[in-house]
Amino acid sequence: MHDDGFKTTVLLPESTSTWSRRDFIKSVIASSVTVSGLSYFGAGCAQPLPAQSGGVERLLSLTVNGQVRRVDVAPHETLTQTLRYKLGLTGTKVGCDRAECGACTVLIDEVPHYACSTLTHRVRESDITTIEGVAEPDGTLHPVQQAFIDELGPQCGFCTPGQVMTAVALLRTNPSPTREEARAALCGNLCRCGAYDHYLNGVMRAAREA
Amino acid sequence: MAELIGKDFTPPDIRAKVTGEARYAEDFRMDGMLFCRLLKSPMPHARVRTIDARRALEMPGVVAILTAEEVPEQPAPSNNILTNEPHFVGEPILAVAAIDEETAEAAIEAIELDLEPLPFCTDPLDSLHPSGPNARVTGNTFSRDEGVFEHKWTEADFAAGAEDAMPTGTPGDEWSYGDLEAGFEGAELVLDESFVTASTAHHSMEPRTAMAYWQNGKCYVHGSTQSQSIIHPGLARYIGIPPEDLVFVAEFCGGGFGSKAGAYPIMSIPAHMSRKTGRPVMMRISRAEEYFLGSARCGFQGRVRMGFRADGRVTACDLFIVQENGPNTGFGDMGSAASAVSLVYTPLAMRYRGISVLTNTPPRGAQRGPGQNQIACAIEPVLDKAARALSLDPVEIRRINAPDSTARYGGSQGPVTSAHLGEALDRGAERFGWADRRARSGVRNGSRVRAVGVGQAFHSAGSSGFDGLVRIDPEGILHIHTGVGNLGTYSYAATSRVAAEVLGYDWERCVIHRGDSSRHLPWNNGQFGSNTSFTMTRTNYVAAMDALDKLKQIAAIRFGGRAEDYDVGDETVFHRENRGWRMTYARAAQWAIEMGGPYSGNNLPEDLNPMTRRSAQALAGTGLIGVARDADRHTGTVPALAAGFVEVELDLETGQVVILDYLGVADCGTVLHPQSLASQVRGGAVMGFGMALTERHVYDAKWGLPAAVGLHQAKPPTYLDVPSGMDWDALDIADPQNPVGAKGIGEPLMGCAAAALLCAVSDALGGHFFNRTPITTDMIINAAASRPPAHRALAVNTQ
Repeated sequence: MHDDGFKTTVLLPESTSTWSRRDFIKSVIASSVTVSGLSYFGAGCAQPLPAQSGGVERLLSLTVNGQVRRVDVAPHETLTQTLRYKLGLTGTKVGCDRAECGACTVLIDEVPHYACSTLTHRVRESDITTIEGVAEPDGTLHPVQQAFIDELGPQCGFCTPGQVMTAVALLRTNPSPTREEARAALCGNLCRCGAYDHYLNGVMRAAREA
Repeated sequence: MAELIGKDFTPPDIRAKVTGEARYAEDFRMDGMLFCRLLKSPMPHARVRTIDARRALEMPGVVAILTAEEVPEQPAPSNNILTNEPHFVGEPILAVAAIDEETAEAAIEAIELDLEPLPFCTDPLDSLHPSGPNARVTGNTFSRDEGVFEHKWTEADFAAGAEDAMPTGTPGDEWSYGDLEAGFEGAELVLDESFVTASTAHHSMEPRTAMAYWQNGKCYVHGSTQSQSIIHPGLARYIGIPPEDLVFVAEFCGGGFGSKAGAYPIMSIPAHMSRKTGRPVMMRISRAEEYFLGSARCGFQGRVRMGFRADGRVTACDLFIVQENGPNTGFGDMGSAASAVSLVYTPLAMRYRGISVLTNTPPRGAQRGPGQNQIACAIEPVLDKAARALSLDPVEIRRINAPDSTARYGGSQGPVTSAHLGEALDRGAERFGWADRRARSGVRNGSRVRAVGVGQAFHSAGSSGFDGLVRIDPEGILHIHTGVGNLGTYSYAATSRVAAEVLGYDWERCVIHRGDSSRHLPWNNGQFGSNTSFTMTRTNYVAAMDALDKLKQIAAIRFGGRAEDYDVGDETVFHRENRGWRMTYARAAQWAIEMGGPYSGNNLPEDLNPMTRRSAQALAGTGLIGVARDADRHTGTVPALAAGFVEVELDLETGQVVILDYLGVADCGTVLHPQSLASQVRGGAVMGFGMALTERHVYDAKWGLPAAVGLHQAKPPTYLDVPSGMDWDALDIADPQNPVGAKGIGEPLMGCAAAALLCAVSDALGGHFFNRTPITTDMIINAAASRPPAHRALAVNTQ
């Protein structure tokens, strides 16, 4: 409402209640191949699906952190969407969703990739490692994780999972990097807190102590 | 006595950050959760005539639409929740909830919007022109008393200045002290400089996602905020409920830098949508949306006249700032900038005039050193220009003007608690090897030239009057309740250690409660304004002192003697002479529960904030409660001061600036947590480097459309843009008005680095001063080739 009497008109359907909670819950149960039943993409993903959709097999077996997970994946679905909203692996962060920041970095066959810009269907034959799969099953931290704690790597921590994944991949291929090599390896992971020095200190410490 | 203060420790939340277990707002899930998306204005200023949502709402999976009429209207020119008169591209008009995000997005596309375009402006000087456009129908500036109104300068004002000189018409705000004209008359050198500092995005890595649901009449919100308790009343107001009906969870925040300091309106949209639909609602905010909704630093167009004695002392300063404020309330950058000048350069006389002008650009708000850091970028190069004219060393001219603890602050010339900027310059110059590095300034290596720069910055860094709350449970564990928030600096933990220090606790036997208002948190200031270290050490100190008094009183009542005859050690309270009269803290806590009254929190001090009172009441009877208001307020401004030193190599052919080395020196009182301070000094510098060279908002002047809506377009520094291995130091001189000597520091660490880098670029170019931030590559190439710049001298936002 404005002082000069201006008024906005909102046109709504005559009956606006087309979905009930009951319908919603029924559809979620029907698509229970997903872990959470929640998705942030794909109209109708929460509804019963045919096995085939547009000629692409939607029910995939993905190898994530050493476990085979059955999951329903839309053809245009990105790996961050699958990991975060289908498999409940929320450690992989969405900072930009367009390959600018690196917060979503995961390892695909031990090579770091931006999960936000990787279609899940492309990695069905691959081994995927997320931040949740870096520490030992008994909770023992990876040397990179421990070194990031010891060097106070994270500030806000939002970019940290991506920084960890890139550093882990670096040390697998180059166990004793120079600081310059570490810097070049990590340059695709933005940190707005500017904790670059502390992450580099962590990588160098992990290399020494691993 | 300090066992914990000044020592490194492992913050309790860091493990979750390296394992991915840390849960930010978008990481929470609820059964039946809907997703909501926003329909945002495609125009910089318009009125919504019609919203046709009929087709959208009939789409399968679309559940509800939420319009501006359904949410509390905010008084103009506050930031809106939703609006039918958008004032910037990207302002939310309505929200749609659906079973998934893509359906919500498709529904947004299906909504037909009929907009009436209205005049808009992106450059404040255009708006100040007599015939210029106003950002709002009701005017182009505002004050608390008068609301929005029109403020114009005359044609004569614009004609008075020389070409490219900043015009100065009637201000909206002004103050002065000292005899300005006498100051200029007594000056050996008077510089008159016009300057521009660009608006910059916050670029928090975590977009400001929020999720909300209602349960048993209470609204639960998971948000992304720097602060905790201070958010609560504001967010409750946006939702339209009493604070006690809100549960607010913000355990982790993926960066805020001022943009998530207080409650912000769009955080309430999922709560409104959840109330309407009866289901939990998640609202993810995209990176692109962050450039609309994520706040931004105010831009400045300004002019400064400074008079200098032959020895460099500033005799007079006449400062005029036109603040590019966005369309809403914005922030008080210009006043803070002027006050910063009064302290950092201690001019013998000063006048400040300023006018905040509304623009149809995304709302401005506090960004790390709001005002102080822009003015550091504007004034520090002016000092260098004066130093060149007077044949002084850049450190020397800063040293002679640097404030000590007798310095005065702002227009009212009030006192400061402690200031040691001169020592910071001395320490830095020595540690950096300034003299040697300066001697090689100008040395060429092919097309590359070496140069150095020094910069200074300030921020008011402390508050008082908030509450502290601790509890010793019957097992003897110390529970420290902190409502400050978790910005990522770990200062919530470092300041909590003061309570452990006072009570002589082993840190391993202390638990911090935070991040969720249902964890019985006290009323605390927010985690902003570099204030946590000062403010929260005070609250934790008074709460722990209250617990200490109660321990002694309980012992005196149980054993005899007077409370003051008792002392503590090894988590035991004992009589100084009669050593048999002793009990453990655990036993004392058990007695506290039995004795009740103030000991167990059943009687509470009258002066507590209602939030602290509710939290203490919830804890009452569960242990020995230490709770108090930090009522013995501090006096004066608490200055956080910093000096930065940088060496660069600038390529005269490509315009590339390689930062070779950096040192930041902090005047932050007693150092609480060295490792975190180191990270702040370096991280602040990284952000400052971006401000100096690459970051800026740019708008298309014809249509008002933003051009910087991606990290690559408004580029924050990467690993490769900053030196690998930056140095830091701190004076570690205690502030007399803090129980452990602490002051804040986060913000000036950015400004001093930005200013130092700008000065180094000018040094590399033999004293070519740009009077503009950022200095982008094209500007450097043109200057190096003695070509005129490609940008209009005073343009902000469009270049």
